[in-house]
Amino acid sequence: MKFTKDWLDVHLKTNKSESQIIQKLNNIGLEVEKVEPVKNELSEFIVARIVKANKHPNADRLKLCDVDIGKKEILKVVCGAPNARDGLLTIYAPPGSVIPKNGMKLEVSKIRGETSYGMLCSESELKLSNESEGIIDLNDKYKTKIGKSYFDEKKGKNVIELSITPNRPDCLGVRGIARDLSASNFGKLKEQRKSKVKKNIKHNLKITIEKNKNQACSIFGSCIIKNIKNTESPGWLKNRILALGLRPISAVVDITNYVMFDLNRPLHAYDLDKIKNKIIIRNSKKGENFKALDNKNYILDKDMCVISDDKGVLGLGGIIGGERSGTEKHTKNILLESAYFDPAIIRKTAKKLDLNSDAKFRFERGVDPQSVNAGLDSAVELILEICGGEVSKFDIQQTKKIKDLEIKFDPKMVSKTVGNNINTNEIKKTLSNLGFTVKTKGKFLNVKVPSWRPDIFGEIDLVEEVIRIIGFEKIKSIEPEKKRTKPTLNFFQKHFHLAQRSVASKGYLETITWSFTDEKINNKFKEKLESVKIINPISSDLNVLRNSLYPNLIFYLEKNLNRGFGDQALFEIGPTFTGKKPGQQITVVCGIKKQSIDEDNYLKKNSLVDVFHIKKDLVQSLTELGINKEYFKIGENTPSYYHPGISGSIVSKDGNFVLAYFGALHPKIISNTFGFEIFLEKLVDYKAKNTKTKESLTFSDYQKSDRDFAFLVNKDSRAQDLLEVIQKIDKDLIKEIKIFDVYEGENIPSDKKSIALKVTIQSDHKTLNENDLTNISKKIVSTVEEKTGAKLRS
Amino acid sequence: MSDFEKKILEFKNRLNSTQDSNEIESIRTDIFSKNGFINSQFKKLGSLSENEKKTFASNINKAKQELLEIFRAKATEVSDKDLKEKIKKEKIDVTLPEKEFKIGKIHPVSQVIDEISCIFSEIGFSVEEGPDVENDYNNFTALNTPEDHPAKDMHDTFYLDENMKTLLRTHTSPVQVRTMLKGKPPFKIIAPGRTYRSDSDQTHTPMFHQLEGLHIDKNINMGHLKGCLNYFIKEFFEVDKIKMRFRPSHFPFTEPSAEVDIGYRIEKNKIIIGEGDKWLEVLGCGMVHPNVLKNCKVDPKIYQGFAFGIGIDRLAMLKYGINDLRSFFECDYRWLNYYGFDPLDVPTNYRGLSK
Repeated sequence: MKFTKDWLDVHLKTNKSESQIIQKLNNIGLEVEKVEPVKNELSEFIVARIVKANKHPNADRLKLCDVDIGKKEILKVVCGAPNARDGLLTIYAPPGSVIPKNGMKLEVSKIRGETSYGMLCSESELKLSNESEGIIDLNDKYKTKIGKSYFDEKKGKNVIELSITPNRPDCLGVRGIARDLSASNFGKLKEQRKSKVKKNIKHNLKITIEKNKNQACSIFGSCIIKNIKNTESPGWLKNRILALGLRPISAVVDITNYVMFDLNRPLHAYDLDKIKNKIIIRNSKKGENFKALDNKNYILDKDMCVISDDKGVLGLGGIIGGERSGTEKHTKNILLESAYFDPAIIRKTAKKLDLNSDAKFRFERGVDPQSVNAGLDSAVELILEICGGEVSKFDIQQTKKIKDLEIKFDPKMVSKTVGNNINTNEIKKTLSNLGFTVKTKGKFLNVKVPSWRPDIFGEIDLVEEVIRIIGFEKIKSIEPEKKRTKPTLNFFQKHFHLAQRSVASKGYLETITWSFTDEKINNKFKEKLESVKIINPISSDLNVLRNSLYPNLIFYLEKNLNRGFGDQALFEIGPTFTGKKPGQQITVVCGIKKQSIDEDNYLKKNSLVDVFHIKKDLVQSLTELGINKEYFKIGENTPSYYHPGISGSIVSKDGNFVLAYFGALHPKIISNTFGFEIFLEKLVDYKAKNTKTKESLTFSDYQKSDRDFAFLVNKDSRAQDLLEVIQKIDKDLIKEIKIFDVYEGENIPSDKKSIALKVTIQSDHKTLNENDLTNISKKIVSTVEEKTGAKLRS
Repeated sequence: MSDFEKKILEFKNRLNSTQDSNEIESIRTDIFSKNGFINSQFKKLGSLSENEKKTFASNINKAKQELLEIFRAKATEVSDKDLKEKIKKEKIDVTLPEKEFKIGKIHPVSQVIDEISCIFSEIGFSVEEGPDVENDYNNFTALNTPEDHPAKDMHDTFYLDENMKTLLRTHTSPVQVRTMLKGKPPFKIIAPGRTYRSDSDQTHTPMFHQLEGLHIDKNINMGHLKGCLNYFIKEFFEVDKIKMRFRPSHFPFTEPSAEVDIGYRIEKNKIIIGEGDKWLEVLGCGMVHPNVLKNCKVDPKIYQGFAFGIGIDRLAMLKYGINDLRSFFECDYRWLNYYGFDPLDVPTNYRGLSK
């Protein structure tokens, strides 16, 4: 919503300055978004200097001037004026500007083979005088103004732009803003002038609001004005229209726009002579169409509110008028409409047609239904004044009674809500100044809500009105109490926090990527999950919710590779989606690591990333999260996006929970890259169900002995199975098993490999003698050979 | 001089004249080993008379003691000398690079969430969460934003179905609804999380982060709201004084509603928070609308309280001087390294928020 201080003065008698007003508006909830110098239609004409007036190569009477307009570049402008000369200070009109004298819009054009960027103006062209002999010759004073607007400088007026929240349609009119200011002790709201116009002629157009289901129109007021001269608007009106950022069109259109911004009262003017027989306000039939004033053709759905005549649709009620009945410069007789339309229905229609207009913006927020007459009065007065003509009596068709809302208001609620004591008289005064009618009834107030405030429903809304005007700065701040009755984080949140920092501490950089991704990439990772599509994605490559964290991580990893960063470790902790219902999401920690192979770097040669690096990072993090090796085993099944031979899963000992995956990513997706995924909910769930309270520490001081074994096993057998068998032999004596060598090759059958282990044996009760050790060693060999088919390597 | 004494003298000379560790070892064997000189002398004792035995044994022991002392001194001397020479040769250029290490980083958004949680933890708020995918009811209707109301236009919503019933939450406020529906008052929670609006330009990203706050109890009023936010902003920016302004505004789910601006000034291209005459909008807040309480099965006649919503990314930008919101989500290696936080740098109450 835009306005100027002088426009505000039409409604408000105040001695406050513009800057005081701006501050106050912010304080009462009418946020000032911008304050800008006012633009008028002459702003584009700027002071310029002819640097050199060259002869036009192809025409004797023309000159090709080098013109300085205060920018870096010197422009070429063709000029026919005899007084164009080197050093002349004059006024320049850029391409796109409209010459006031003839309404011609300038374009970059070729004049006798030479391109001219704009025009140098005479006084008559700018309507400054009738002098058309040569271009304007400014005196030396203007030397410092080159590049500045010729007309603007003297005025120094501002346009104030407010960002009005959707609950305050009344402030989409200057009068509403004035009312709020006056209620805040910033002046007196002026009475609206009573119209003294004589309504002599007959309103002879039949107007009917059809009884339809969900009829959006409940009031249709109108009058006929005959024998007008639809001229150009006078300067003051043009300037107000320009201040709104609109272009002046003709007096009638400008006046309807003016009233809309003045009173938040949209109006529409029809060319009466183009209306066939009568006006019917009705619901549309499917497929009806019309050409609107924005020059577009609209095909309507069923049940949209249209204004029609015997020929068909004239316009969409409350949204936009039609071209067929639009007013023109030569229009003589008009029908002026001032109506009320239902906000929700207007909004629905406009949304369906993807149509926006100032009228729609207002009706969907709520126009004062009682402003029908005032709107007509205000516009009629201006039209008669500017265009002449005679006006008819107003015809008001109304199908619904307007009910005033009355609220029983306990004034104590103000103090209870804001915390300070606010006295009842101040509450009453504030509400009255805002246009509420307040009557005291015992302890309560009976508050009648003015018809221009569709946002007020109940007591709490009145509380807001009062405190908004009294000022939030009056509320006394109460220091918070430093008391905690509940833990800040729950069990899961603690693990989220820990997992995040644990993974980062392994050298991974935390990223945050979109929760959505490219369906094409996501498909490689979704496995059995359904794609969750976004109906209206921001772009086609962010069109599904991610089923995995890998698609985005890999995308950004590759971007960084292109930036020249070979070695990278990235991770993200966040949601992936398993369905489209709320709650169908899980929390995943996903790390990804890539190392560029750099054979020349001797310092690095021996530390190339392999699957055991990523496994180390993962297992260490799991251990830090409280799930150590005791609690899990390695499984073989991994999703298809991992290299099938170089990947594994971390499964709970009971086999019920898949806690994580790790491995090389499938070379078809990305080469030489390793990653892991931890499924946090499962991990936390498993931990909660399986945590033992920590027993007090006991350890044995009896002598430890190590025994080494090398077993020959099948190449595809797994070390884990071997360890499991040994562990089970004697849980009391076998304290630790370490694999220290795995060997394939010479001296070993080609389908076998040798696994060498060191077993630490210790008793909690005695020092073991040679005999004990031999026994347990024998048992280890025999059990392993029996259960796994391995052979002790001799 | 007896043979015995000659032999001892010979050993002494050998020890004195050597500087070689191998020779030392061979002398040790010659004197002290099983078949060495000392043992061979003891063996002779058997063939001697009682008297001679006594004297000779005492001589052997004396000699052994004497030789041992000299030997030890010499052995130490030689090994010290050897070590010295070895060390001399062991010069390494330690200016060569150390073994490679990688320092991981925590994203500034995560860090700021931890900082905020830490601050609110002090005054008794606990952390709640809700799903990213929401239904229309929790995101709008329960929050007093009716169907077909222009207030919905303020949120450019991503929808997951044609009927526009399932969507990506446009704010963290639905967590209010979920929290109240599943529990009983009082409520005192914060809810950080991802939020989504189909908006993408210089200052908007389709995904961003919000933190919701909710405090409902008997008699919680706007004074509490003001005090709470004032405390938060001061703690967050780690300044003693903060200039704050509450501006009336409108959100369907709070009434009265306010936007909060903080004062700042620009000095050498840097934003200085807390002083100056410029205003910066940092959050929205208000008293929870009675309709919202009713929708959440909380009796507005007994309970009331406040809610607020904070843009986490924006606060992170302000506190840590990050200029471009979009850079948060671009995962640029250099950016993550530069703006990220050390994982050991956990914000705590006793150590302080930032290092």
